Amino acid sequence: MNNEQFEPVIIGFTCNWCSYRAADLAGTARVKYPPNVRLIRLMCSGRIDPTFVLQAFAGGADGVLITGCHPGECHYLEQNLKALRRTMLLQRTVAQFGIEPERVRLVWASAAEGVYLANAITEMVEEIRALGPLNWPQVAALNGKSHVLTPAIASVVVSEELVEAAI
Amino acid sequence: MNENGKPKFGMYWASSCGGCEISVLNIGEHILTVDEVFDVVFWPVATDFKYEDVRGYPDGYIDLCLFNGAIRNSENEEMAHLLRQKSKVLVAFGSCAYEGCIPALANFTSREAIFQTVYLDSPSVDNPGRVIPQPVTAVPEGQLHIPEFYNTVKSLDQVVDVDYTIPGCPPEPHQIWAVLQVVVAALTQGAELPPKGSIIGAKETAVCDECLHPKSEKKIFRFYRPYEKVPEPGVCLLEQGIVCMGPATRGGCGALCPQVGMGCRGCYGPLGGVADQGARMLSAVASVIGVGEPEMDERMLEREFETVMDTLVDPAGTFYRFSMAHSLLKRAKIKD
Repeated sequence: MNNEQFEPVIIGFTCNWCSYRAADLAGTARVKYPPNVRLIRLMCSGRIDPTFVLQAFAGGADGVLITGCHPGECHYLEQNLKALRRTMLLQRTVAQFGIEPERVRLVWASAAEGVYLANAITEMVEEIRALGPLNWPQVAALNGKSHVLTPAIASVVVSEELVEAAI
Repeated sequence: MNENGKPKFGMYWASSCGGCEISVLNIGEHILTVDEVFDVVFWPVATDFKYEDVRGYPDGYIDLCLFNGAIRNSENEEMAHLLRQKSKVLVAFGSCAYEGCIPALANFTSREAIFQTVYLDSPSVDNPGRVIPQPVTAVPEGQLHIPEFYNTVKSLDQVVDVDYTIPGCPPEPHQIWAVLQVVVAALTQGAELPPKGSIIGAKETAVCDECLHPKSEKKIFRFYRPYEKVPEPGVCLLEQGIVCMGPATRGGCGALCPQVGMGCRGCYGPLGGVADQGARMLSAVASVIGVGEPEMDERMLEREFETVMDTLVDPAGTFYRFSMAHSLLKRAKIKD
């Protein structure tokens, strides 16, 4: 696929109190950001179960954006710190699965930071576009009989001499 | 074929270690009851039936088939299909058949890399001819065939329809006996079997629920690998920084490992309704990291967390030790 035509699908989680309002503000102020991100509103970034992120990847998303209130400003005191810890640990974990950690991004945005959030989304879309499609359903389908992987060992066959020696 | 009217019992190992078979024998003298009630018609570890015998049975001939082991190669898959066809009740027995278990950790790498290590690079290997198994090999007499080694380890239910699942690595003997009693009652007294698709021989609650260690609020400042710390007896292991999968793992085993100072490995799989055991554990572990205050500078916070997370070696391998094949991502992406 030509990367110039590649439009990444990004699932974005917003918290009800800050980042959703920031996205809303960006909309009200007619600040433009790419339509690649599908926003889902939750009450708090602390609600985000890493399962949601993995489900998004497994379902074909190219990136996941997690947004919340700045540390110290969480409506639920410090649940956003949980989101930060989970995101950081998740980035390390998905890296072991061969997923670039940049595909999971955490952005803090207060209700006043509409422009900041729009810029962060634009930046992420460009970054993911540069990384290319993740296409996890195809990766997971490497189940069973698969010849997608380069058969580096195909050239190593039992030599005739060895067969003869064995006989 | 011995037609003595007894229900027919089969057990098979695919990609597994054999521990499940031993676990069945560990039910002790009850094995005599099993022998009394059932007619064993296939059980490679204990009896001398051949694949050809199984192929000769009519469909649905085996009343109860315990299938342990993951699907790693084409032979495993072929036997899964054959035993499904020949069995009335097919049980995914043990963690490998249920969710891939240790064999499925290979899903973090590729077939090519595995062959490279096993047949060429391993220090104990002497293979000057660089011989690597091929599914088909030409010899003067004709062609030799061996099973094809797959890229990705699968669970039994990803290959065939499964009636029940008994989790565990291996399943605990008291749980196996409890399940066998239910099956025996169903076969001999017409009692009802559990609904199809059930996970049997396990609890609905987490390992923590069975664990006797008192639990209090957890704040972890660094993680320890099992060899790095002698656990304090009678204290929750996770509170001591020893990764214990108890919070994310189905109980039923009696919390044997944490009782002797080894963190739960997670072998009974996720709790009911949980799609991904690893994600749940990741969530729990991240929640209890005890450093960082909301007032801190954002960069400083991240550094504090990084320091603690650096002590957690191999998070993916730890969280998905048993459930890789059944996880949401199923395998790792291999870079070209």
